[in-house]
Amino acid sequence: MKEAIRLHGVTAGYRTGNPIIHNIDLTVQENDFLAVIGPNGGGKTTLLKVILGLLTPWEGTASVFGESPEKNHPAIGYVPQLIPEDSFPITVMDVVLMGRLRNAGLLRRFSRGDRETAEMNLARLNVEDLAGDDMNSLSGGQKQRVLIARALAGKPQILLLDEPVASVDHDTQISFFNLLAELNSTITIVLVTHDVGAVSAHVKNIACINRTLISHGETLSSESVAKAYGCPFELISHGGIPHRVLGNGKEPKT
Amino acid sequence: MIDALGYTFMQNAVIVSVLASIACGIIGTLVTVNRMSALAGSIAHASFGGLGLAYLAGFNPLIGATCFAVAGAAGIAAVSSKKRSRTDTAMAAMWATGMAAGLVFIKLSGTYSADLMSWLFGSLLAVSSSDIAFAAVLDIVILLVITGLYKEFLAVSFDQEFSMLQGVPTHFIRGLFLILTALTAVLLMKITGLIMVIAMLSIPAAIAGMYTGSLWKMMVLASILAAVFNLAGLSLAWMLDLPPGAVIILIAAFAYAVSLIIERVRSGTT
Repeated sequence: MKEAIRLHGVTAGYRTGNPIIHNIDLTVQENDFLAVIGPNGGGKTTLLKVILGLLTPWEGTASVFGESPEKNHPAIGYVPQLIPEDSFPITVMDVVLMGRLRNAGLLRRFSRGDRETAEMNLARLNVEDLAGDDMNSLSGGQKQRVLIARALAGKPQILLLDEPVASVDHDTQISFFNLLAELNSTITIVLVTHDVGAVSAHVKNIACINRTLISHGETLSSESVAKAYGCPFELISHGGIPHRVLGNGKEPKT
Repeated sequence: MIDALGYTFMQNAVIVSVLASIACGIIGTLVTVNRMSALAGSIAHASFGGLGLAYLAGFNPLIGATCFAVAGAAGIAAVSSKKRSRTDTAMAAMWATGMAAGLVFIKLSGTYSADLMSWLFGSLLAVSSSDIAFAAVLDIVILLVITGLYKEFLAVSFDQEFSMLQGVPTHFIRGLFLILTALTAVLLMKITGLIMVIAMLSIPAAIAGMYTGSLWKMMVLASILAAVFNLAGLSLAWMLDLPPGAVIILIAAFAYAVSLIIERVRSGTT
């Protein structure tokens, strides 16, 4: 198996003297499905920005397929967190076409092939009927699918998702994870979320961070959660305990 | 009103009004969707420093205003590319510094205050053929840039980080946008005066945004609205013997208020 992402001793932040993430070592193998959990302000988005090459680490190194993230931008599909209040005048098709900007190049119009790729990815996410709609008229779950279609339109090998289930209801979450599991057959997936209860059975590995990497493995112990969130797991879970989170590490692995 | 068109100054006013609407609609749309009307305001006010310097040193005020506006835009681009939180402070500082420098220069130059007033509140009935040329050239440049780089402007305005990941030269696009905003602000100063430039860059686009679902449609509608406001304001000002810049702004503001009420009623009933 190839290494898709490797962070080595990464310390990064935005203001000098105030690192958001500290000395993080994390390796993601190709075709992994990694969920990174941690409290808000714990550095999850910062971690993604380092992997994306949008933020240069103060210390340590980040690499994607053995090279600097900047060199591998075409390999990475990014699904940012939804901004609910946004009212930008743009159609669904125009959003998805953004994933073809690199292919189209400056000063040129999008080609027929670009449009077909965009349509294909909308269909892949079952939102092809919305192509001509105003982005603002969509529900949170639909917008999320459009943003994933946009990321996939660039034909990435790695998909990075920031809080993808923050604005969707429970049923939508289930179908959403089924979809990600399907994509995972060909694409490496890393998603970050503050919601421990949202981590589904489809996830192959779980990393827990709060400034530093607290744990990384196939399962997550309630001690790790308590350490990351600063409170017992029971206080942060809602809607039953997900079976991936093992009490005291005694239960068998799935 | 019709017989007024026999005067050259009135013909010039009509031509500049229409030409400026194109720049105003396109750039105003980008200013509005990027939520940068405060930036447009500070660029316009920074240019006052250039006006003062031009009067003092004895060169064309339009050149002075243009240089200061572009320099201000470049300064803000440099600050905002490093740190977003500092942009706000930089804009506020530039806004006031431009005005202060302008006042000092004008006092030193001993310029008659009517000249000054025409820049602050517009001088639509006194536009020259060089103003018309400036407007025409700016329109051509804006149209070429926007048609050539439409998908990039759309992408950078909608999601700058994603655009960067797609290899779009985001800093170049932002810089280009700021410079075109500076030039448009200088052009609009002729019509409404620098104090009211901010209204012409935001009101037509804001109204257009309520009725359109894509960026280019918003640009077209905003341009049409700006032309309507300019010509209606010019006619009304002529008939009532009022300053055209102020009447244009009042008409635009009235249309904006009506649009807001219509939108409120529509969203209330559906």
